[in-house]
Amino acid sequence: MEKSIVFNNRLLPYMLLLPQLVITVVFFYWPASQAIWQSFLREDAFGLVSEFVGLENYQALFAQPEYYRSMLTTVIFSTLVAALSLSIALLFATQADKNLKAAPAYKTLMIWPYAVAPAVAGVLWFFMFQPSLGMLARPLRGMGLDWNPLLNENHAMMLVVMASVWKQISYNFLFFLAGLQSIPKSVIEASAIDGARPVRRFWTIIFPLLSPTTFFLLVVNVVYVFFDTFGIIDAVTGGGPAGATTTMVYKVYADGRLGGDLGGSAAQSVVLMVIVIALTAIQFRYVERKVQY
Amino acid sequence: MAFRQFGPAAAVTAALAFATPAHAVTEIQWWHAMTGGNNDIVNKLAEEFNASQSDYKVVPSYKGSYPDTMNAGIAAFRAGNAPHIMQVFEVGTATMMSATGAIKPVYQLMKDAGEPFDPKAYLPTITGYYSTSKGEMLSFPFNSSSMVMWINKDELKKAGVTEIPKTWPEVFDAAKKLKAAGHATCGFSNAWASWAHIEQFSAWHNVPIGTKANGLDGFDTELKFNSPLHVRHLQNLVDLQKDKTYDYGGRTSTNEARFGSGECAIFLTSSGYYATAKGTAKFDFTSAPMPYYPDVAGAPQNSIIGGASLWVMGGKKPEEYKGVAKFFTFLSDTNRQAKLHQESGYLPITKAAYEKSIKDGFYEKNPTLQTPLKELTNKEPTENSRGLRFGNMVQMRDLWSEEIEAALGGKKSAKEALDAAVSRGNAMLRTFEKTAK
Repeated sequence: MEKSIVFNNRLLPYMLLLPQLVITVVFFYWPASQAIWQSFLREDAFGLVSEFVGLENYQALFAQPEYYRSMLTTVIFSTLVAALSLSIALLFATQADKNLKAAPAYKTLMIWPYAVAPAVAGVLWFFMFQPSLGMLARPLRGMGLDWNPLLNENHAMMLVVMASVWKQISYNFLFFLAGLQSIPKSVIEASAIDGARPVRRFWTIIFPLLSPTTFFLLVVNVVYVFFDTFGIIDAVTGGGPAGATTTMVYKVYADGRLGGDLGGSAAQSVVLMVIVIALTAIQFRYVERKVQY
Repeated sequence: MAFRQFGPAAAVTAALAFATPAHAVTEIQWWHAMTGGNNDIVNKLAEEFNASQSDYKVVPSYKGSYPDTMNAGIAAFRAGNAPHIMQVFEVGTATMMSATGAIKPVYQLMKDAGEPFDPKAYLPTITGYYSTSKGEMLSFPFNSSSMVMWINKDELKKAGVTEIPKTWPEVFDAAKKLKAAGHATCGFSNAWASWAHIEQFSAWHNVPIGTKANGLDGFDTELKFNSPLHVRHLQNLVDLQKDKTYDYGGRTSTNEARFGSGECAIFLTSSGYYATAKGTAKFDFTSAPMPYYPDVAGAPQNSIIGGASLWVMGGKKPEEYKGVAKFFTFLSDTNRQAKLHQESGYLPITKAAYEKSIKDGFYEKNPTLQTPLKELTNKEPTENSRGLRFGNMVQMRDLWSEEIEAALGGKKSAKEALDAAVSRGNAMLRTFEKTAK
C-alpha cells in the first residue's frame, strides 16, 4: 500500500524549497549573470572607467593562440587528474574495506589530505620536488634523471597532476568506501560460493553496484579539476614553464587578478562555464545510462 | 573570519575608550606587505610617529604579498573603503598612476597640506620611477632595492677564479671553471628572470626596453627588447643552459636558496637578499655590480630600482591628508632614513641619508650594501635607464618569463622567443592603453 502525502497549503512546497533556491540564486545565478554582463565590458582595475564593448573581449580571446593551448592543456590535465584520482582512490578504498587490524587509523590517514588547502598542498609539493633542495627531487637527480620542472614542461605537468591528484584522493576515497560498505555482503558471499575469484567478483558485482558512486564522483571530479585547481597550479608552477601548465581556470585567475583585465577574464569564465555545463549534460545524458541504481 | 571581524571591532572599541572627548585623533590606515624583520620596522615607524604628536594615529596592517596587498586595496576602493596609504610594488606603478581619481599624487598632497617638500632632496634614480615626466612625484618611495650579483668567495677561490668577474664573458668563464670544480648542476643562476635579463639588462646597457622612455612618457609605448644585443645575450644563456653552466632559476625569488646552500656560487638577485644571505650563508660572500658586455658602448650605464612605494588613495578628508603629509615628512627625516637604511638593508631614499651613511663610515664595514647604490648612481640616468612603466606589468613579467623559458627549454630560438615576448607584450599594452584614459 502506497501512502501519498497531500499538501493542502499551496505555498508550503515553495516555502520548503525557498532556502535552497535563495542559496542557488545568490551564490550561482547572481555571480554568473554578473560574469556574463562583465564579459561585455572593458574596465580598468579600479572600476573607474567602464565601457560596453559588445563581443570584443570574446574576439580578443579567440584570437589568442595561447587560449587554444590552454584548452589543450586543460584536456590533458583534467583527464590525468580525474582518471588517476578516481582509480587510485578506488584501489585504496577496496583495500580499506577488507578486514584490517588498523583500518580506522588507515582510513583517518587517508582522509587527512582533504583538510589541506589547495595552495598549501601546492607549496608542499613544490618544496618536495624543488630541483636542488627538494627531499624527493634530490634522489631523482641522484639517479641521473635531470629533474627540472622549471624548464621541462612534462616534469611541471607531472608535478601539478600529482599535487592535484593527491589532494582529491581523500574525497574520492571517502565516497568509494561508503559505497563499498553499502553493497550487501550476501551478494558477494553468494558469488564466492559460486566460485568467482576476487578479481571477477570485483568487476562483475562490486564495480557495477558501485556505479552510482562512481558516476557522482566523476561529475564532482570534473568540476574539481576545471575550477578548484588554480590554487595548486599557482603555488607549484605559476602556469609555467612557458605556459605549459596554464589551464583555462588558471588563465582566468591570471588575467583577472594578476593582469587586472576583468572583461577578458569574465569572458573566459563564461566560456569555461559553458564547457562545464555541456560536459555535465553529456555525462548525465550518456554516462548515466550505464549506471545501475 | 570571526577573528578578522573581531580585530577592527576591538580596535574601534579601544580607540573609543582611550580617546579623550576634547581631542579627536585622526586615524590613518596604512596597508603594507612587509613580513618578518621588515614588518617590525613598519610597526616601529608607526609607533614612533604616533608618539611624536597627538593629532594623528597611523595604523599599519599587513595584507599579504605585494600582489595581494594591491588587490586588497583595489577591491577596497571599489567597495568604497580604501586605506589612506597603500604600499604598492614597483611593477604596479602604471596601474596606480593611470587610476586618476583613485589616487592622490604625493606632490599635490604635500602642497595642499603646506608641508615642506623638495623633490630634489630624493635620489633621482629612485624618484624617477615614481614621478611624471614633468618630475612631479606621484608616490612616496618606501623600500627600494636593485639587482646585484652575489658571489660565494670561498667557492670561487676553490675553482681558481681569482678576481670577481665584471663582464658577462668573464662570468661565463668563471661559471665554466666552477662547473669543472664540482658545481655540476649550476655554474651561475639568477632569480627574477625578466627583471634580470630584460629590465635590468637593458638599463645597464643603455638600450631601450620600450619606446617613450620605457613607457615613462606615455602609455602609447612599444616594446623594443628584441634587439640583436638582447638576442645575443639570451642565446648565450640558452647555450650554457644545455650543460648547466647556466641554470635557470625561475620567475620569482623562490630559488635564492640555491645561493645560500652553496649550489650556485654566482647568483644575480635583489640587493634586498642581504638579510637572508647574512642569516643562511655559511661561507664568505659579497655582492658585486651586475655584469655587462664590454663591447657595448656606454655600458655599464646605471641600474633601475625594485621594491615598493607608498600610494595615497583618493577621496579622503583634508584633515586626513594633512596627517599623511606629516607622516611622509617624518619618514624623510635624514637621521631616520639613514637608520632605516642601515637596519633594513633597503636603499636610503634621500641624498642626505646616503651622504650621512658614507660619513658615518657605514659602507667601510658593510661594502655589500653600497653595491646597489653604486649601480644606481653609476651615471646620470638616460631615457633608457630612468625606469620603466608598462601597464599590466605584473602579468607582463610572467609573459616575458614564459618566452625566456620557451627559449631555454629549446622550444623556440632566442630570436623567436624575444619577438613573441615583444608582440604579445605590445598586444597587452594596447588593451591597457584603452582602459587607461
